[in-house]
Amino acid sequence: MSDNTFTLDGLAIEFQAGDTIMDAALRAGAYIPHLCHNPEFEPHGSCRVCLVEANGRRVSACTQPAAAGMQVDSASQAIGDARRSLLQMLFVEGNHVCPGCEKSGACQLQAVAYYTNMLSPHFTHFFPRREVDASHPDFAIDYNRCILCELCVRASRDVDGKNVFALSGRGIGSHLVVNSPSGRLGDSAFAATDKAAHVCPVGAILPKHRGYEQPIGERLYDLQPISVVGDVAAHEQEGD
Amino acid sequence: MESSSTVNSMIDGLAGSEGLARDRLLQYLYELQCRFSHVPDTAIGRLSSELDLPASHIRAVIAFYSFLHETPRGDFDILFSDSITDHMLGSLALQRRLCELLGVVSGQPREDGRVTVDFTSCTGMCDQGPALLVNGYAVTCLDEARIDAIAALIEAGTPVDDWPVEFFRAGDHIRRRGLLLEDDGEGSALQALGTKGAPGILDSLEQSGLRGRGGAGFPTATKWRLCAGSDADERYVVCNADEGEPGTFKDRVLLNSHADRVFEGMTLCAGTIGARHGYLYLRAEYRHLRGPLEAVLQRRREAGLLGSGISGVEGFDFDIEIHMGAGAYICGEESSLIESLEGKRGIPRKRPPFPVNSGFRNRPTVVNNVETFMAAALIAQHGADWFRGAGTEGSAGTKILSISGDCERPGIYEYPYGTRISEILEDCGARDAQAVQVAGAAGSTVPAGEFDRAIAFEDLATGGSFMVFGPSRDLLDMVVNFSRFFVHESCGFCTPCRVGGALLRDLVEKVHAGHASEHDLGEMQGIAQLMKTSSHCGLGATAPNPVLDTLEKFPEIYRGRLTGRGFEPAFDLDAALSESRRITGRDGPTAHIGTES
Repeated sequence: MSDNTFTLDGLAIEFQAGDTIMDAALRAGAYIPHLCHNPEFEPHGSCRVCLVEANGRRVSACTQPAAAGMQVDSASQAIGDARRSLLQMLFVEGNHVCPGCEKSGACQLQAVAYYTNMLSPHFTHFFPRREVDASHPDFAIDYNRCILCELCVRASRDVDGKNVFALSGRGIGSHLVVNSPSGRLGDSAFAATDKAAHVCPVGAILPKHRGYEQPIGERLYDLQPISVVGDVAAHEQEGD
Repeated sequence: MESSSTVNSMIDGLAGSEGLARDRLLQYLYELQCRFSHVPDTAIGRLSSELDLPASHIRAVIAFYSFLHETPRGDFDILFSDSITDHMLGSLALQRRLCELLGVVSGQPREDGRVTVDFTSCTGMCDQGPALLVNGYAVTCLDEARIDAIAALIEAGTPVDDWPVEFFRAGDHIRRRGLLLEDDGEGSALQALGTKGAPGILDSLEQSGLRGRGGAGFPTATKWRLCAGSDADERYVVCNADEGEPGTFKDRVLLNSHADRVFEGMTLCAGTIGARHGYLYLRAEYRHLRGPLEAVLQRRREAGLLGSGISGVEGFDFDIEIHMGAGAYICGEESSLIESLEGKRGIPRKRPPFPVNSGFRNRPTVVNNVETFMAAALIAQHGADWFRGAGTEGSAGTKILSISGDCERPGIYEYPYGTRISEILEDCGARDAQAVQVAGAAGSTVPAGEFDRAIAFEDLATGGSFMVFGPSRDLLDMVVNFSRFFVHESCGFCTPCRVGGALLRDLVEKVHAGHASEHDLGEMQGIAQLMKTSSHCGLGATAPNPVLDTLEKFPEIYRGRLTGRGFEPAFDLDAALSESRRITGRDGPTAHIGTES
């Protein structure tokens, strides 16, 4: 074993200094399911969907530094089961009604759920009462679908320099907030050209005026699994 | 209602001559809350513009901490300690009594804006409960007479400063002294530092085998060495006095009666690793200790034990500042504590980097427990052998326990590591205990059959909480209490702890209410295991412990309550139809779904 490789499910993966397991896997084209990770931003480690077993210890691949000779297990039954449960928790925490969602077919939550063979939400639904904010001329936020990944928070803060979004509250009461006097997106500095407008992995931050441009059945994850085509945000920027 | 000029002049005062600083945000918010019983909008606006922070960021900080509010709590903010040991002493009935006397609904400010009565997580007065906080100050030994007196004081509008002094008495209740509590305050660790030098102190600490007293047990010498060896222009010493684990109160006693030794330990650490600034992160529940601790710090400055040129050594400059917490158990986790020290929401950081490499202000930082700093100071003075003389091979020295629950003599007990549970129970006068909860809500439930187990890192590791449950207690009440506690205290960052914790609580409550089936017990196992193995930090990883422990060791508390059926829905179908029955006006037998299948 050379000093810059580790094994992922038996496959040798090369890594560079400073890489996390996720960084190296993405570069090598090996898919580890994830939601809050986007290689353009600082790793976060909150969704826990990229859970792997590294030398027998469960860690999030997006935050764990790669190390020479490390044995990483991502495809085992146990890890798959854990991931599915985490996804089911995200599904019951919010109100995710795929058949009625404009993002269906291009939603990472849905695609990862398919990938992990999730057939039902399993857990008891919380059915939280959440709002839809359609105050902005170009974009709407449906808080029912927010999975608290903080990608919009990071994009607005680190790329747009606007700090439009933040997480507030604590525990199961944690929620996304908009920085404006009214708390509405329309009163904030948010613009359609912001990076934050194009990083949401689910249908929480959606463009207005162009619903169902791409028919259901022909969308990104309708055609190929997420393990092949990767994150929806990467495709959005290519104008897919 | 506060005027904007009062708010502004208060903020001017907080800014002082140095101006406002971002990492003091939480301190400003805490002071504003103390003064106005909420953080006024005008204050948020001004802090936002002067600190160049989005107002949403400031509101998010307020929403994170239990003791901060955007709407007024009133002249009297009453919070009953919600620890299971307070419940066992009758706190729930006393809370109801006070609500009735004052005519308030629990958790809601009274219409005249005078008072709010609510609950809060364990306030660290379990040996003299039931207890409550009034405007942050602890009132102990509650009974009906005291509740009636409190109601009268509130109705009369008597300021808390003028309430009877005995209400606020917080006894030390030290029942058994060992290496630490026998300290008479003589001698000086700083003198030892002068003689042995930093390498000598680190060697002593290493030979002593001292491990962190907060519960995790990381070797103290290693932590200090790593921090000292980290390349940086600045290093920090932080004392973790956010004693939030339910049933723990030994740090309160150490800070009350051995504060000099604790500060000396911090100063010793500073001299050893090369730090100039130290912080004591004090949980807001111990507001009553803040003034006395400030006085100790001032006395130490005047004696040349803090400030510049400590002990007459040129270049040995170090001072300590007290930072107040604001009601968040998670801030006892060292990286959350650091985030909180920087004025943010207390979300645990990713590791690596570790605080010894990148902590407060991204500089190398030592974070140690109150008891650890005290032990370090005494080891420097008395030597490693003195310390090693007590305890076991893997757990040197002694452990200070906070004992509460069903026993005759609750209080503070210091034991050599390796002491068995049975001996401790005998000493504190606990007869026929059915279980002991060691290490708090996140700890282990130890049944009577295992009372020969010992307090030690290699057996039952603990930060000091030791709650005794007598034969008549329903342990499921304890599990319900702990499950609710963790839902309240989860920071919400990661999925398994945020969602799993709430699902687990709901299932425990379902069992408690007698609606659960065998299937639900399997669900609880699954959720608990997932939280344990996939959470971001120690809170989520330990939160399911009480459920897992009691499922294994006290299965009868669950099984005795199960319905005979294989599956029970999470909601009552018949009750769910009540609204449509009301609307349609039909309430005959055909409008009900039978509860018997």
